[in-house]
Amino acid sequence: MKDVDDKFLKNPDTEVPLREELRPRKVTTPDGQEIDIDPLRDYFCEAKPKVHPKAYSKIVEDFYNWARANSLWILGFGTGCGAIEMRPLMTPRFDAYRYGIQWRPTPRQANLLVISGYLSVKTLKRAIRAYEQMPQPKYVMGLGSCTINGGMYWDSYNTIKRLDDYLPVDMYVAGCMPRPEALLHGFMELKRVIKEGKGEGANLYAENFDQYKANQKAVIRDWDMPDYNW
Amino acid sequence: MFSFKPDRSQYPAPGPDGKIEVDLETGKYLKLWHGPNHPGITGNMSVELTVCGDEVVEGKTHVGYLHRGFEKLMERRTFIQVFPIVCRVCVPEPDFNEYCYAAAVEELAGIEVPEMANWIRTLILEMGRFNSYMMAMGGISGALGLGVVGQWMTYTRDIMLDRFEELTGARIYHMFILPGGVRAHLPEGFEGRMEEVLQTAETYLADAEKLMFHSSVFKTRTQGVGVIDPALFETYGVTGPNARAGGVAKDVRKDSPYLVYDQLDFTVHTETASDIYARTLVRFKDLHETIQLIRQILKKMPKEGEVMTNLPNVLHWKIPRGETYIKGESSRGEYGYYLVTDGTGYPRRVNVRGPSYTHAMALLEHLIPGTNISDIAALMVSLHTYPPEIER
Amino acid sequence: MRHILYRLKDRYHLGTPVFQRDDLCFVTVKRFELRAILTELRDVEGFTHLTLLTAVDWIEEQQFQLTYMVNNRVANLTLALRVMLDREDATGDTIHDLWPTAATYQRELREMFGITFPGSPRVDEEFILEGWTDLPPYRRDFDTLAYSQQTYNDRPGRVTHDPKTHMQKTLYADYPKGAK
Repeated sequence: MKDVDDKFLKNPDTEVPLREELRPRKVTTPDGQEIDIDPLRDYFCEAKPKVHPKAYSKIVEDFYNWARANSLWILGFGTGCGAIEMRPLMTPRFDAYRYGIQWRPTPRQANLLVISGYLSVKTLKRAIRAYEQMPQPKYVMGLGSCTINGGMYWDSYNTIKRLDDYLPVDMYVAGCMPRPEALLHGFMELKRVIKEGKGEGANLYAENFDQYKANQKAVIRDWDMPDYNW
Repeated sequence: MFSFKPDRSQYPAPGPDGKIEVDLETGKYLKLWHGPNHPGITGNMSVELTVCGDEVVEGKTHVGYLHRGFEKLMERRTFIQVFPIVCRVCVPEPDFNEYCYAAAVEELAGIEVPEMANWIRTLILEMGRFNSYMMAMGGISGALGLGVVGQWMTYTRDIMLDRFEELTGARIYHMFILPGGVRAHLPEGFEGRMEEVLQTAETYLADAEKLMFHSSVFKTRTQGVGVIDPALFETYGVTGPNARAGGVAKDVRKDSPYLVYDQLDFTVHTETASDIYARTLVRFKDLHETIQLIRQILKKMPKEGEVMTNLPNVLHWKIPRGETYIKGESSRGEYGYYLVTDGTGYPRRVNVRGPSYTHAMALLEHLIPGTNISDIAALMVSLHTYPPEIER
Repeated sequence: MRHILYRLKDRYHLGTPVFQRDDLCFVTVKRFELRAILTELRDVEGFTHLTLLTAVDWIEEQQFQLTYMVNNRVANLTLALRVMLDREDATGDTIHDLWPTAATYQRELREMFGITFPGSPRVDEEFILEGWTDLPPYRRDFDTLAYSQQTYNDRPGRVTHDPKTHMQKTLYADYPKGAK
């Protein structure tokens, strides 16, 4: 493979102008009223995420964790090629439903975001949005070598290399691509982690919120959304 | 059976180019994003719909969520290093990439492939086509609410993946066809186990046929919806089953045979209605044809022979300047690789011509206006597009 | 195929045709005649199917090569027209009115190579990349590895082997002595 061109320097970060429809402007409503709108402020709640406190006693917290571990509801968002191995999991042969795992169409009903494979920058933006819209407690699982260290796309200009820079990852499943059995094993391990009370990804995200945002904004130039879109 | 026609008298008249002027501020229209995170979308792409009531006025396709820059990455790798990444271009049917790339390199480097390797390549391609059609049948039934057919098809695809695993060692990305031949012979007793899979598939398909093509719900929702005018086939570059559903009996396997397709016996099925139902029916018939082809290949193929030629030292492998285009009939249409070499050990340019590129962009945008929101999912699946090959 | 080229040769400037296969021919044409040739191929000779439209960056010669590949579905012939553009001020002629699908290809070329096609619909909209401010990525002077290293963080511990030395070490135990 060709070596790195030392002379190549990427452009310094230039500002990408905000889209037309996201700028503050005056709008006439159908009944003739003039109103000011600022799409980035009006349509979203700006409250930052909070650390979810533990329950007052250990036995209650253990019970909560047991309940959380047994109802992993996955957001059906196929971000990469790993999504093709999710489908056999929904069918009787591998049948992830017997572990209390099921797929939901909307982030509001899900608590496990499975990043199935490489994330291009454009999808990363959507994945962050989907993650932030999920209610707590929530977990992230990275699938495939490409979420761990770039894998096959280690020299690609458009895919991120480490997922845990941008989202708090609770469990990785290695492979290109991971087999359904490996996925099932990953789910079992995630359950064990949650039952032990170590599935603290969402709290980690809330604690290091500014750092995560800085990482995300360094990559996503076209940042046309509020910082936390709940 | 009753039909519902929306009242379009209050809509604005379309402009000279046939498009309706949409002013969002009137409050009459709504922008609706269909995807990328949506159960009714094929893969990771999105369609930006402008709706009026539940009728779609305009649709814009947005792709790029899966862009990895393959064509750039291939320029940085030697000819043999390209081969493991090339199959990642299209996820549900990766073997076509391997074949097209290998054939392009062989043509430019002047390498002869052994007869046995050609037979195994054909077998692999047909098995991949089987998987891809199974995905499509499951997808179209899922999009119309027949979840159980999707379950059966995924199961059947799964047992075919077992055969792939036996043959190549991997379920999805096989990396089996490489420049110069294929990696290995068929394992012992492969034909018998393949026959079991094909028989299972046929039983499930017989059930699926009753549930899909003889169901009045399925017919009502698909017949007459998403009709592609056969006059548009040429201008929009429609190939494969989408064109065959409109009466164009074109198949690259038949017209300009590659590999060993000239020694095989198969029919090219066509329909005339060119709607979702016809496209699904063509795929269904083609799936049976594929099953017969796999049987035929296993019966006709030689039992002995080399599967790999001697390549030059691949670390110093240089290919003289030239350019070529290799095409084949994938399950979605004409799949092609355009390879340019410049005399060094690296390809100068590789361009992938995926059939979804034309189907999912220009054609889909043309078909969307006038449909219902609930039909968009079925319309997209019936075009059988895979986003990874649009943006590579 | 040859007689089609003979017919075209009378009226247009054609380069030396390269017959890659019997049914595939590459020929260089002049830019100002491209539209006329494509129209004639489409309407008279039956090359009705635009297979692909792409570009090759010949940075040594400071040129872009646009490849228009048209296909005659009845006779199964493929003709590829090469058009050379100046790399500095790369502007192509849009053919979206001949084939609507060409608009998609032209959008991709605009974004990936920086070749503009004035008049093509939605050509300046973002197609694949989002918020891209660097060089167009498919140009040869864009180094994807350097860009990736300057943008995304590496996970420590990843080792990259040079295939040549790695293979030599694997094949010959006492490398470098045992190497031939």
